[in-house]
Amino acid sequence: MAYFLGLVVALAAFWLGMSGHNTPLILSLGGISLIITCILAYRLDIIDREGSPYVRLVGFLLYFPWLAKEIVKANISVIRACVKADLDIAPALVKVKTVCKSDLAKVTFANSITLTPGTVTVEIEGDKLLVHGLYEQDSQPEAFVEMDQRSARAIDGKGAAA
Amino acid sequence: MAEVFSDILGYWEIVRFPLGALMCFGGAILCLIGTVGVLRFPDIYTRLHAASITDTSGAALVLIGMMLISPGWLVISKLFAICVFIFLTSPTASHALANAAHTAGVQPIIGRVGTSEADGGDA
Amino acid sequence: MIAAALIAILFGMALLLLRAFIGPTLYDRILAVNSFGTKTVLALGLLGFVMDRPEFLDIAITYALINFVSTIAILKFFRYRSFQVPLVRRGQGGNADG
Repeated sequence: MAYFLGLVVALAAFWLGMSGHNTPLILSLGGISLIITCILAYRLDIIDREGSPYVRLVGFLLYFPWLAKEIVKANISVIRACVKADLDIAPALVKVKTVCKSDLAKVTFANSITLTPGTVTVEIEGDKLLVHGLYEQDSQPEAFVEMDQRSARAIDGKGAAA
Repeated sequence: MAEVFSDILGYWEIVRFPLGALMCFGGAILCLIGTVGVLRFPDIYTRLHAASITDTSGAALVLIGMMLISPGWLVISKLFAICVFIFLTSPTASHALANAAHTAGVQPIIGRVGTSEADGGDA
Repeated sequence: MIAAALIAILFGMALLLLRAFIGPTLYDRILAVNSFGTKTVLALGLLGFVMDRPEFLDIAITYALINFVSTIAILKFFRYRSFQVPLVRRGQGGNADG
């Protein structure tokens, strides 16, 4: 039920942010489309933890500023590699082990790795991730430990990454 | 107190247009740099890194700059929606691309890449 | 300044088309088209501000969604050579082709 309410609130906020018209006719049309969308989502059986992941919203909002800082730091090094006159890169493939338990936490961790320029998650098998990095010295498995623990703490809760 | 507040608001009204335009321009330059990286780097996996500059910092700077010069809250909410979409979908698309290339057997270049090899294979 | 930003993004799009034409493998071309779509979203937003019509942002939102779906659809098609195959998880069987 909480997931359903989260979906309704998110859809209503999205509709109000897109529309900007407040006459009764348009508002009722928006309500009808919201109801149809909810019925479709119920029939598709996607109203679960992955379909409306708002339970850990606070943890994720606390995680995002740290991720933004990491993105800025990684951006600078990749931009330097792009505009440097002579090409000087050392790509590497590394295997990273994650402590994340749930699928959502793994997705968050893998997406954080991919969102950071210079590292791309190539494959996920169980709890091992295959990561391609632009610089060999920057993409050792130890470099991802903090991101791993922070994303596990943000999604799985406090006790997951002790 | 209220005067100070309105003073700050007035300054903000003056400052936000040049600041937003400057951020838009900076983001566009970052997009251009990412494109240059896409053209220069030697194989598909390294090109993904260069393309992710465009997707993260370039898009974020341009969108925040447009938020600063936007006329109303409606436009800001739409720009915020675009920002969330891009930040959710671009790593997914990158991962799908890398995974598809890896599954199809495209081997990545491992080890130090100097200028000489890159000029030969990429020009 | 915003017009200059728009011109810079359009120039970047032209360069990306070059990569889409000369790209050695299929995946280079898909990468170029995906990045081209992201730049199109930004260019549509900037165009709306240059022409003083922020309604262009609605088109930009739609384009952002279509871009993502089309990238995934193209990748799925070239992996299975068909749209009729359901996406299965790797490791549960069903990865017979490469």
